[in-house]
Amino acid sequence: MYAFTYHRPGSARQAAGLLAKKEDAKILAGGHTLLPTMKQRLAAPSALIDLGACGDLKGIARKGRTVVIGAMSTHAEVAESAIVQEAIPGLAYLASHIGDPHVRHRGTIGGSVANNDPAADYPAACLALGATIVTNKRKIEADDFFTGLYETALEEGEIITKVVFPVVSKAGYAKFRNPASRYALVGVFVAKRGSDIRVAVTGAGEGGVFRWPEAETALKARFAPKSLEGLKASSKGINADMHADAEYRAHLIGVMAKQAVAQATGK
Amino acid sequence: MSATGIGASVRRKEDHRFITGQGRYTDDINRPGQAHAYFLRSPHAHATIKSIDTKAAAKMPGVLGIYTGDDLAADKVGGLICGWMIHNKDGSPMRAGPHPALAQGKVRYVGDHVAVIVAETLAQARDAAEVVVVDYAVLPAVVDTAKAAGAKTVVHAEAPDNTVFNWHLGNKDETEAAFKKAKHVTKLDIVNNRLVPNPMEPRAAVGDYDAGDGVFTLFTTSQNPHVARLVLSAFIGIAPENKLRVIAPDVGGGFGSKIFIYAEETVCVWAAKKVGRPVKWNSDRTEAFLSDAHGRDHVTHAELATDAEGKITGLRVKTTANLGAYLSTFSSSVPTYLYAPLLSGQYDIPAIYCEVDAVYTNTAPVDAYRGAGRPEATFVVERLVEVAARELGKDPAKFRMQNYVKKFPHQTPVIMMYDAGNYGASMKKALEIIDYKGIGKRKRDSAREGKLRGIGFSAYIEACGIAPSAAVGSLGAGVGLWESAEVRVNPIGTVEVLTGSHSHGQGHETTFAQLVSDRLGIPIDNVSIIHGDTDKVQMGMGTYGSRSGAVGMSAIVKAVDKVIAKGKKVAAYVLEADEADIDFADGHFSVKGTDRKLDFGSCALQAYIAHKFNGQDLEPGLKEGAFYDPTNFTFPAGVHICEVEIDPQTGVTKIDRWAAVDDFGNVINPMIVEGQVHGGIAQGVGQALLEGAKYNSDGQLVTASFMDYCMPRADDLPSFQVGMTVTACPSNPLGIKGCGEAGAIAAPPAVINAITDALGHEDIAMPATPQAVWRAAQKSVKRMAAE
Repeated sequence: MYAFTYHRPGSARQAAGLLAKKEDAKILAGGHTLLPTMKQRLAAPSALIDLGACGDLKGIARKGRTVVIGAMSTHAEVAESAIVQEAIPGLAYLASHIGDPHVRHRGTIGGSVANNDPAADYPAACLALGATIVTNKRKIEADDFFTGLYETALEEGEIITKVVFPVVSKAGYAKFRNPASRYALVGVFVAKRGSDIRVAVTGAGEGGVFRWPEAETALKARFAPKSLEGLKASSKGINADMHADAEYRAHLIGVMAKQAVAQATGK
Repeated sequence: MSATGIGASVRRKEDHRFITGQGRYTDDINRPGQAHAYFLRSPHAHATIKSIDTKAAAKMPGVLGIYTGDDLAADKVGGLICGWMIHNKDGSPMRAGPHPALAQGKVRYVGDHVAVIVAETLAQARDAAEVVVVDYAVLPAVVDTAKAAGAKTVVHAEAPDNTVFNWHLGNKDETEAAFKKAKHVTKLDIVNNRLVPNPMEPRAAVGDYDAGDGVFTLFTTSQNPHVARLVLSAFIGIAPENKLRVIAPDVGGGFGSKIFIYAEETVCVWAAKKVGRPVKWNSDRTEAFLSDAHGRDHVTHAELATDAEGKITGLRVKTTANLGAYLSTFSSSVPTYLYAPLLSGQYDIPAIYCEVDAVYTNTAPVDAYRGAGRPEATFVVERLVEVAARELGKDPAKFRMQNYVKKFPHQTPVIMMYDAGNYGASMKKALEIIDYKGIGKRKRDSAREGKLRGIGFSAYIEACGIAPSAAVGSLGAGVGLWESAEVRVNPIGTVEVLTGSHSHGQGHETTFAQLVSDRLGIPIDNVSIIHGDTDKVQMGMGTYGSRSGAVGMSAIVKAVDKVIAKGKKVAAYVLEADEADIDFADGHFSVKGTDRKLDFGSCALQAYIAHKFNGQDLEPGLKEGAFYDPTNFTFPAGVHICEVEIDPQTGVTKIDRWAAVDDFGNVINPMIVEGQVHGGIAQGVGQALLEGAKYNSDGQLVTASFMDYCMPRADDLPSFQVGMTVTACPSNPLGIKGCGEAGAIAAPPAVINAITDALGHEDIAMPATPQAVWRAAQKSVKRMAAE
């Protein structure tokens, strides 16, 4: 790690002010990606702006047909939230299976979404549920937010303040973990809102999270695991590494999608 | 049996300090004025160093010194050594290249040590390292074990075809004859995957130099501090032994990787004098992946001959062993004398011939890792036997029992004389525990759920209690492998035991205290175990190869016996009786046939007060030492049975149940022994399912972090069902065989045999990852559909 200055503002507005003033400053949420990278001297921000004391970035609330989750809510808070469990149990389940207990008590939804790690869980939920990512400057639809590997629509100086999830009738998540890192080798989130069905895949895509339209079409006929029987995801554009080649990952997309639908339908 | 005596599951005395954060590891040692070392390592697997420019770096803030291989050479600091000489088939000695602690002219693996930067802080040392300019001429790398011999790229000029030795063992002619006569021959190609040890505590060193008395002190993560001192003194030339103190404080796991004498501790202790300040280095996890000695890495072709009745008549094995870029301290012994002598397994095989070629590659040095040679041998034997049983249409348990050694002692064709055992008893017990009778039903139940179930056996044997010094000397060891102990009785009867063994997780502070408390009839809390400091403890050989029970405790027994003998003399004076009439039992010296007695503590006090006897006739004091040299290896053996269920949809292998029945001879603390079995199985399952160090063709270690190198976790493992059988070892006074490595030795073939049983075919390599199993399962599913 190289030396840096540390700031701990009390609100998102103060954080944005610091971010604008400090050159090469980085936002620190849970720190699960940034701090290891800094320890390895692969990142050298001059300043860290820790959002940990920004009370306005915390909290989970039900607002009409949506659940609003503050960006600094930890995975454990989302997983244990009665509001989330009641409104979108599939999302609570996803949060309860991120990393291990240490990770879940430190890592945040805002940090995960902003980092857009191709093997992270939350991007799949955001995309499948049609979430809205709210920043200190604007609102961005999930469809427009995840733009590529570790790439998002966030602009310089922009800080995620909350993520708004529509309450859907059915949602489920299944992931196959990388045996070593236990990140998602393949994770599939399925959601049904009226006739709108979305299937989002994380872990597998060369460009990060993506939707699987063939599965969405198949599930429109009947929202049941059986509808996906025999449906194969293409291995084109699918990641390959020492843990899983594209063919295996593509195969797992089908297996995980079925499991996710089974979970969503309580079967 | 008392609550704390031999055979009792006494809770570990050391655990209180470990689990309350009061352990004292090398990184907890901070000396006044301490500086920090950072090693600049090679980013290339193979390169010539054209120049190293340290001028700018030397001017960086906080820098106290920057040293390269030239500085070590100028101070006549010798290279690191390999302590076991292996001879080629033609009798010529092995071909070893030099192993400088800091590279001289060439780097040979990624992580090789180029320079050390000593600075006030670690961050400053790292900053300075970034401005050291090394001009490398990058050379092609040789990485692949099977392709190293005769490759164009040469790692060491001393071994121009990259072959360190070609060695053999066994009766070649008889073996060839056995294969000519064989009714059936089973053949297998086997890769024993390379592993990274990953002890919880990374290696560390603090070097200190006292200019006043000219004494160096080295705190280091060692399993054998005396061996470290011997090597650093006699071979590397840091200082004479009386001017070098080596302390291995609490050590957080070693698994073999902390036996060896590495570059970092050598440089730290040397640099302490150069900069006139204590110098600390603590490995980070990446450095550990790159530079701790790795384990295994064999490529083998093996064949098993059987006759018409299914009797095994011959075994021939051809192995290539990757020793990495340099010969680590005991590397040459691992694929030779720790490997081939175990190839008879638990079986009566009249003819065995094994050839081993050891090669240099541009990878981290490879040396002993939990089991060291014996897991590799067991994997060869137990895979071959399992496959042979399947090919012959025989039940794998019955086929094994048919071929078991049944009479002891048994001389194998590969050196070993098995002294005692009852292999059939372990098999029978393991079959009961696993419910072997029910396997057919369980397979059908799994099939109904769309799952593939398989069962796999591993009837392992290992040689522990290393080792009779004369025997290992004749095989090329540079040292004898005895152990030492000193039992110091204090005036009020408390006892300090100084042992040459070293505990780094094994629980010696408990087990050894149990033994002494039991023998002397004193409370266990009155016994302290002292180890790991060359200034306190007499020369000893340390802990590895499951030797500390069989050899270390035997030395303690010998010293305790001497204490009791001396105590009898003291008691004879005090009780005014003839020495021959003094008995010792339950902590009391007594006069035969009378009620006159003296408890152990009072006897100790009398020994030190020395009023009751003439100091010329009987020396005051009560302190005895002993060196114990074993008369034979010990032969722990057992049967592990693993049952797996595979999901052909995902390729996930779930270990459903595990029966482990081991014969460790007599057991001092069953709880600690069971813990050793659990840990060993976990590491063996790691090798079979999860772990594998991979270098790419450029020699970059692509599994250099836990993100990619998969360690076993609790949820990868079932709840083990552990049983024991006991045949006392006749070769040491306690009848102990050793238990530290058994699980790691037994587990890999049990897992792979179970997976191949489930799949119905044999081609699966370790680690059998979900992807590999999924791919293999597709074939099984297709074949089953076709059938």
